[in-house]
Amino acid sequence: MSKKTTNAVLCAALMLGLGAGAGTAWAADKVKIGLLSTLSGPGAGLGVDIRDGFNLAVKHAGGKFGGLPVELVIADDQQNPDVAKQTAERLLKRDKVDFMTGIVFSNIMLAVGPSVFDAKVPYISANAGPSQYAGEQCNPYFFNVAWQNDNLHEAVGKTVMDKGFKKVVVLAPNYPAGKDAINGFKRFYKGAVADEIYTKLGQLDYSAELAQARAAKPDAMYIFLPGGMGINFIKQFVGAGLSKDITLFGPGFSADEDVIKAVGEPMLGMFNSSHWAHDLDNAANKKFVADFQKEFGRLPSLYASQGYDAGLSIAAAVRDVKGKVEDREVVLKALKAARFESVRGPFKYNNNQYPVQDYYLRVITKDSQGRVTNKTLGKIFSNHADAYAASCKMKS
Amino acid sequence: MDWILVAEQALNGLQFGLMLFLLAAGLTLVFGIMDMINLAHGSLYMVGAYLAAAVAAASGSFLLAVLAALVGTAAFGMMLEVALLRRLYQRDHLSQVLATFALILMINEGTRMIWGSQPVMLNLPAPLSGPVELLPGLYYPAYRLLIIGVGLAVAVLLYLLVTRTRWGMWVRAGASNRAMATAMGVNIRWLFTAVFGFGAALCALAGSLLGPLLAVQVGMGESILILAFVVIVIGGIGSIRGALVGALLVGLVDTCSRTLLPALLRQLASPEVASNLGPALASILIYVLMAAVLFWKPQGLFPARG
Repeated sequence: MSKKTTNAVLCAALMLGLGAGAGTAWAADKVKIGLLSTLSGPGAGLGVDIRDGFNLAVKHAGGKFGGLPVELVIADDQQNPDVAKQTAERLLKRDKVDFMTGIVFSNIMLAVGPSVFDAKVPYISANAGPSQYAGEQCNPYFFNVAWQNDNLHEAVGKTVMDKGFKKVVVLAPNYPAGKDAINGFKRFYKGAVADEIYTKLGQLDYSAELAQARAAKPDAMYIFLPGGMGINFIKQFVGAGLSKDITLFGPGFSADEDVIKAVGEPMLGMFNSSHWAHDLDNAANKKFVADFQKEFGRLPSLYASQGYDAGLSIAAAVRDVKGKVEDREVVLKALKAARFESVRGPFKYNNNQYPVQDYYLRVITKDSQGRVTNKTLGKIFSNHADAYAASCKMKS
Repeated sequence: MDWILVAEQALNGLQFGLMLFLLAAGLTLVFGIMDMINLAHGSLYMVGAYLAAAVAAASGSFLLAVLAALVGTAAFGMMLEVALLRRLYQRDHLSQVLATFALILMINEGTRMIWGSQPVMLNLPAPLSGPVELLPGLYYPAYRLLIIGVGLAVAVLLYLLVTRTRWGMWVRAGASNRAMATAMGVNIRWLFTAVFGFGAALCALAGSLLGPLLAVQVGMGESILILAFVVIVIGGIGSIRGALVGALLVGLVDTCSRTLLPALLRQLASPEVASNLGPALASILIYVLMAAVLFWKPQGLFPARG
């Protein structure tokens, strides 16, 4: 056989092999999970943390959920709703995944949601918690293992109120989670809002907004800017000399390890809210934080904890249905029962399948090893639910 | 509305406008003089920023990083011109657009292979990371002042270079009549290569100066390239003066629309409507400006050729 023919035969064999691989639909000899997340661009740090947290959960389970080997299909949504929708279709139709998780940004979640629900694949959100899916559009296939978007902002709103600040400028990107953020903040902060600024999502230069904030002369400022946006904002906030007169508050997203790593010491003293912290005292969390550091050489962020919990929740559900992942009804019931040890401590779902949980106040300080990191100060809310659950028709 | 806000916003607009000018100057020279649409101009901006970030990380010196980015990107630009773009001057604009769009994709993927898909950090030089009190009560970040200074210096330098030197005369001669300039003994081929390299260096300057303020990431060139095209269309293709005026206009309009427009809307409409409409309107105002300029002056504000 000539070399050319050999190559052609090899090619054909390879293609057949691939085709056969894609066509196999054997009943549950493995669990296929599609992790679609933001892995490039300014929001990439968040997606990478979710992915690493999820991978750690798979590793802790010995690579098997409920006795079945886990096959993780990882894809990048490039923080672009169109790309995300196409990629999700590929995961659902070609890879035929049994579960999906990973999306960071709410606008992307809202774009992908309908395809996932139509395909009747359970989605476990490790971050995005849009108010739409918590209220009237709640869906039996949508579970949120993190929080509802408003929650962390409500917690800061209460803190700012309790600390006696009277005049606040709020700033958020102009997208669904940005609106949720400001609504959440104002639900518990009842003082004066000197200015309410919305920016483009992904904006990196805040000079105009900072000048506007300075002119409003507030005593505190509240920002919701996840990922690279927050990194740039805080640097420019300090660079413009605003940190002298204005106390900066943010949700955990704007003050976690990804931002701290990039900004460093200027962030000392920033208060923020979270449902999780790396110093929370429970056995599951201690194991998670220690192993995450060993595996990846950095402290986990709240995103990593959410990715890890998403992994644990799927593992528990597959275990409870004894590997019968094709029986969706039973799987949904098992997911909703949430029989796993969350790293945040007690965890349960509300009727809309969003969490009911505690929220904590953290402050950025230097720890005993001289690292700039978060320290938990105390609880802001206990067993806090979101404001939209009442308009969801699902029963608990 | 107090004067501090107005002054600060004017400085912000100036700073943004001058950076746009650095990009638009190179683009307008290539577009106007060589009659070549170079979509990959934004990629040179990205390459400059990445080179600066890499050298800054290795050496710790920001000045060295900027210089290395200038030289490296100019060399890269000239290599592109000699190897590929030179062959496109005689082709129609569609071939040029296709070829340079392919370059964008290749350079983006190449950058992703070398530096990864996560943004690279380029930190501010420490002495410049704080604010400066320009007038009582008017604080402005020192680094942005530096950018304004460099931008103004380059604008003046470029003006002198094009209007007062023999080199600038060659460039203008090549632009108005290529064949005649060649007959008079100007080596047009190498002149174009040099102009292209110079444009690339200006891109690198903008990329490395904006790197610490924005983020050094794959695709950073495309979003700013669109604005650079708007600038040269407003200013008149091929005109350095037009590029400067256009860039400053776009910079000021963008900055002011982001802050003044929502405030204005809030007085006219309910806060709910204002918060929805404001950011949307602000982002299209630049294009409204471009449409208006084209309506009254279809050749741009300062047409290079009468």
